[in-house]
Amino acid sequence: MDLTTNYLNLKLKNPVVPSASPLCKELANIKKMEDAGAGAVVIHSLFEEQINQEAEELDQFLTAGTNSFSEALSYFPVVGEFSLGAEEYLEHIRKVKETISIPVIGSLNGVSKGGWMDYAKEIEDAGADALELNIYYIPTDPGLTGNDIENMYIDDVKTVKSSVKIPVAVKLSPFFSNVSYMIRKLEEAGSDGFVLFNRFYQPDLNLAELQVEPKVNLSSSEDILLSLRWIGILYGRIKASLAATSGIHTAEDAVKMIMVGADVTMMCSALLKNGISHIHTVIENMLNWMETNEYESVAQMKGSMCRKSIAEPAAFERANYIKALNNYKY
Amino acid sequence: MKRKMVMIDGNEAAAYVAHKTNEIVAIYPITPSSNMGEWADEWSAREIKNIWGTIPSVTEMQSEGGASGAVHGALQTGALTTTFTASQGLLLMIPNMFKIAGELTATVFHVAARTIATHALSIFGDHSDVMATRATGFGLLSSNSVQEVMDFALIAQAATLKARLPFVHFFDGFRVSHEVQKIEQLTDEDMKAMIDDELVFAHRSRALNPDHPVLRGSAQNPDVFFQAREMVNKYYLACPDIVQDAMDKFASITGRQYHLFDYVGAPDAERIIIMMGSGAEAASETVAYLQAQGEKVGLLKVRLFRPFSVKHFVDSLPETVKKIAVLDRTKEPGASGEPMYMDIVNSLNEAQTDDFLPLAAMPRVVGGRYGLSSKEFTPAMVKGVLDELKKDKPKNHFTIGIYDDVTNTSLEYDPKFSIEKDNVVRGLFYGLGSDGTVGANKNSIKIIGEGTNNYAQGYFVYDSKKAGAVTVSHLRFGPAQIHSSYLISNANFIACHQFSFLEKYDMLKNAREGAVFLLNAPYNKDEVWDKIPRKVQQQIIDKKLKFYVIDGYEVAKATGMGARINTIMQTCFFAISGVLPKDEAIDAIKQAIKKTYGKKGEEVVQKNFHAVDQSLANLHKIDIPAKATGTIEMPPVVSEKAPEFVKNLTARIMSGDGDDLPVSAFPEDGTFPTATTQWEKRNIAMEIPVWEPEICIQCGKCAMVCPHASIRIKAFAAQYVDDAPPTFKSMDYKGKELPGMKYNIQVAPEDCTGCGLCVDVCPAKDKQRIGFKALNMAPQIPLRKQESENWEFFLSLPEVDRNEVKVDTIKGSQFLQPLFEFSGACAGCGETPYIKLLTQLFGDRAVIANATGCSSIYGGNLPTTPYSVNAEGRGPAWNNSLFEDNAEFGLGFRLSIDKQNIHARELLTELASEIGQELENEILHADQNTEAGISEQRKRVEKLESILKDKDGAKARQLLSLAGYLVKKSVWVVGGDGWAYDIGYGGLDHVLASGKNVNLLVLDTEVYSNTGGQMSKATPMAGVAKFAAGGKPTPKKDLAMLAMTYGYVYVAKVAMGANDLQTLRAFLEAEAYDGPSIIIAYSHCIAHGFDMSKGMQHQKAAVDSGYWPIFRYNPGMAKEGKNPLKLDSRKPKINLKDYAYTETRYKMLTKLKPKAAGELIEKAQKEVTSRWALYEQMAQMSYKNGEE
Repeated sequence: MDLTTNYLNLKLKNPVVPSASPLCKELANIKKMEDAGAGAVVIHSLFEEQINQEAEELDQFLTAGTNSFSEALSYFPVVGEFSLGAEEYLEHIRKVKETISIPVIGSLNGVSKGGWMDYAKEIEDAGADALELNIYYIPTDPGLTGNDIENMYIDDVKTVKSSVKIPVAVKLSPFFSNVSYMIRKLEEAGSDGFVLFNRFYQPDLNLAELQVEPKVNLSSSEDILLSLRWIGILYGRIKASLAATSGIHTAEDAVKMIMVGADVTMMCSALLKNGISHIHTVIENMLNWMETNEYESVAQMKGSMCRKSIAEPAAFERANYIKALNNYKY
Repeated sequence: MKRKMVMIDGNEAAAYVAHKTNEIVAIYPITPSSNMGEWADEWSAREIKNIWGTIPSVTEMQSEGGASGAVHGALQTGALTTTFTASQGLLLMIPNMFKIAGELTATVFHVAARTIATHALSIFGDHSDVMATRATGFGLLSSNSVQEVMDFALIAQAATLKARLPFVHFFDGFRVSHEVQKIEQLTDEDMKAMIDDELVFAHRSRALNPDHPVLRGSAQNPDVFFQAREMVNKYYLACPDIVQDAMDKFASITGRQYHLFDYVGAPDAERIIIMMGSGAEAASETVAYLQAQGEKVGLLKVRLFRPFSVKHFVDSLPETVKKIAVLDRTKEPGASGEPMYMDIVNSLNEAQTDDFLPLAAMPRVVGGRYGLSSKEFTPAMVKGVLDELKKDKPKNHFTIGIYDDVTNTSLEYDPKFSIEKDNVVRGLFYGLGSDGTVGANKNSIKIIGEGTNNYAQGYFVYDSKKAGAVTVSHLRFGPAQIHSSYLISNANFIACHQFSFLEKYDMLKNAREGAVFLLNAPYNKDEVWDKIPRKVQQQIIDKKLKFYVIDGYEVAKATGMGARINTIMQTCFFAISGVLPKDEAIDAIKQAIKKTYGKKGEEVVQKNFHAVDQSLANLHKIDIPAKATGTIEMPPVVSEKAPEFVKNLTARIMSGDGDDLPVSAFPEDGTFPTATTQWEKRNIAMEIPVWEPEICIQCGKCAMVCPHASIRIKAFAAQYVDDAPPTFKSMDYKGKELPGMKYNIQVAPEDCTGCGLCVDVCPAKDKQRIGFKALNMAPQIPLRKQESENWEFFLSLPEVDRNEVKVDTIKGSQFLQPLFEFSGACAGCGETPYIKLLTQLFGDRAVIANATGCSSIYGGNLPTTPYSVNAEGRGPAWNNSLFEDNAEFGLGFRLSIDKQNIHARELLTELASEIGQELENEILHADQNTEAGISEQRKRVEKLESILKDKDGAKARQLLSLAGYLVKKSVWVVGGDGWAYDIGYGGLDHVLASGKNVNLLVLDTEVYSNTGGQMSKATPMAGVAKFAAGGKPTPKKDLAMLAMTYGYVYVAKVAMGANDLQTLRAFLEAEAYDGPSIIIAYSHCIAHGFDMSKGMQHQKAAVDSGYWPIFRYNPGMAKEGKNPLKLDSRKPKINLKDYAYTETRYKMLTKLKPKAAGELIEKAQKEVTSRWALYEQMAQMSYKNGEE
């Protein structure tokens, strides 16, 4: 049985990849992921805010009140260099590379133009085999047009691509007027792959404290459908790699994604819920499924049920909407 | 050999050599020497080795007494050992110093000489501490400048090993310890060449060692002690030559030749000054100047003061000398003269008597005092002294630099006399501590000193406030080494970084004609002239100043720098001062920016570059009109309503004219009136809280947490509203205890620091806009006038009757007038809300003993002091004895008050028939457990006093002088964790054990806050502090648990931000408990590293994590069969990490040593969990029927 797949020009032994998550902060966890059979690993994100704010905050608090009072010209010892956000992250990548042999994908999360993008190069230098660019933007300014925002994304990708040689995938949200157009433009800008889709953490209200709080909901298998549709639509129409993410919990979910055209299937919630060894279970179950259904390889399955391959392409389009409604049982 | 030129201060210079030439460093922080220990600790933490290739071990002790003990021990067991200290610290070392010297032990103590506290404490420099060690047998070697500090540190180290006499190597606190100078740095090779390893081996061979045991420290009897003591003499006789040899060897290595006594000036001088310390630098400059004018004057610099070599001394004098003025930087009241004067007189006499005086005739010698507590010592004063020597009978036992109109000791001098050279650029910069002026200036002198051939000198003056502190930087740049050891008074560059200073300080009085004046003004170039005070305009015109203006804050805002103007103002200085060619200077700044911010990314660098460019673009030269046309006058320093004392003395100090006050202006014994901060309107808040009555729920929490008592609540009769200013707000009071009253929350706009704690704790939110509260911050300037009127009106409203409020509720307690207000503590201080609460509850009958530290500085540093009085004139009486003895000091209050109370009661009984049995009975048996009870007793005592006034019997007069003690007094002992956990713990423990009714309040910031965040035993495990750079590896000492073991001590652990009511109850119970009580109060602090406006949230998180359990242990409960321990906090609901990592003191370790940080926090979590379990178990124990 051949589970190998190509993602971002990297040859992976199988398409099961843990996506960027807090689990990846611990080296031991990453080792466990490799041991459980993961095809590659995406390291947790280095956040734009982390790079900028951490340095500024530390600077602010270490210098607050200094050089103001004769008896206390400072309040903290000055010892050694701080490894602020980025340095710590880069060191982590270096260690991960030393520890495991499967491909390592760095992840950079930000939106504004600025210094944070320089870290793409540093992630490359630290040894990452590829980079995932997670562009996460909530447009609150009513004066911004869709065009402005799209151009911002495109510029970000161009900037990063011009600074690194390793492949770059873009992780996107589905909130564009025309996802296909956006993906085509980003591919033109140099993106080597797409990770579909980003799940945003939405804010919630705490009524007891009357405060706005972030809320983390883990996904379930129900959540794969949006990615399933769009990967199905995009497969074969672009050259870039496609990674499916959001809601992949079982081997069946992964198989579905591969059949619509995903090169890799990424898991986060499933691992948080079931533990890292779940990777092994998914791979085993995938093998079983393939054996039962007489598939020989991932390559054979890949895209076999994408929009272009199926008899009724409209199933991926608006017509499918009618069908869905009609089939709904009260 | 080419040596590195470095820009460093005296402390760093001393520590550099000490760290390189020792193996053990045992220290304790004390200003101004703390930095030496910090440097040593930092270098060892960075694994920097000494000249023998090993990293010196640095240990912080619990006191200087402890440090000297550890030093003595380390020396006795053979290690090369040093310490750093000053002032009271040196005094605490004296017992060990006698031992160390008596045992002929080689060591050097590096001392940043500082004033000993007498009528007042002073952190500044003079030789009173060093002079107090004269009898110890230590050698005393004086350095006068930063270069000399480095040189003499090595000479002393070399000499001590050879001489076997220990040395105090001293230099003037602040003037030398903190002055930044360009000096030549000694190399490891220099040090290796100076230190003879054979002598090091010899030192080790004398160590206590069981392999070849000896005994030292025997006890001796009258038969032998005397003779044995005389055995050391030969070492003292040999020592001066050994030191001179070391100086000669040093000269052969470095080219800098020193002598035990260095004479400078005319070879045929007739009038000379003899002195030591930094003042000799000014004297040396002045003598050279006067000599060039043809005057026959000279200066003898004393280097080795002990052992004093009479022979070397007399041989150093010019043969022609006729008159000598010996200047001592110390005062020995009651002596026949100050110490060095006495030595000189005696030496000359001895030389003459024994026929080895190499002078034509015996000179006339006078002695004088100068420079106490870093009082300026200038060329003008030097000239004044030398001019005095022209007289036939120059004044003896004089003072110079002050005007003594009481005992007329002072010499006259012309303060305008200046010898500043034209080729030296002299810059004066007025800024705020928070605007980064000093940091930028330190950076500028580094750029110039290290990047060019110029020499540079930086000295920085700070006021004593911790919030809104004013800084004045004095920078000199020139082609030759700078020896001007005094402030700049004839500046050719003056920068004012804060526009509001123009109305407060007469800064242009220090400008020379044609100087450059740079002003940061919130106005454009066309309107700025009309916005500056008329007096300033006139000075600009008269002195023909070149006047430049920039709107620094606007440039900062526009370039994304926020409120940071340091880079902007620094750029302007380089652009117009002419110190360096402009382009070269700008290039240098940009390089410095790249070096500083490079790590933070290109974006930050570019932002700073942009700010530099925009500074140049927005810097404007103003054309000066011919006439001063301004309408703005400098306002009076204090209100017309201020008391005479404040107007005559305090206001002069506030305006920066304290130096001009004569001796007669001062109290004789250090006694000052309280309640003076109210006259110092500092206006430091950018924003102040604004009250919205329609949202307010009248909880009183805002007033409770306010660190500065600048937001208060009051309930008052409705009729007063009619006379209120138009913008004064009020609402119906909701409590039932004061029916029909109105309620108001008022801010003191000019006293508020704008910390925002009140807004943060305000629980009342607008229903329709949740982010809008009953208190919200708004810009101060537009509100200042209106709210000042409202504040005045608020103060005029009568205080709420103490007998009518529910004191045990937050709201009720906050109706009580704070008798601690507007201190100079940090904005958002975590300590002062507790002190304020103490004064609200008990201030009108409290006597406070205050340990040295933050609370004694914001509590008692001139010009103004925050303890205040109520309408009856009552309020806390306060004193600060020392750092180490505070609990004992407070116990003394108790013993004294109790004795006087008992005596009064005895007299009352004896005089009952004269006074009336009923009154006697009522007074003796009065219940003073409530406010009403105390109030009644006061009335009775007043009646008693009025009766006694008319009686003239001896006992009646005795009773009249003691009657006040019949009203209950509350004794409070206040201090920080450095006192309570470390230096004062022995005394604190003894006072708790005494069983006496003393209340101890420990303001626990978990570090030595006042001296800059050094570790104490209160520092938490995993927290970073100075001397715990790798995170403290051991848990915080559980002081509360230790106190509880007595069983009869009331103990409370509180955190106002977690549970204000519990805090309030703890104070009430502690005071009510007739025995010792201790309250340990979590006090968030700027040394924790977080946004101070959120301080109360951090307190809550500390409690929620279980790190800081809050509880009350009331021994009285056990008597009732109840468990005395009441745990007031619930089970931990968050992890230690979730609290700790919101603070830089913990978080920074994760960025420095992530692995160690992870391990430490895990250990700390376990410690928290097990301590909690222990408390929980103790709180659940049954105390019924004697079961425990």
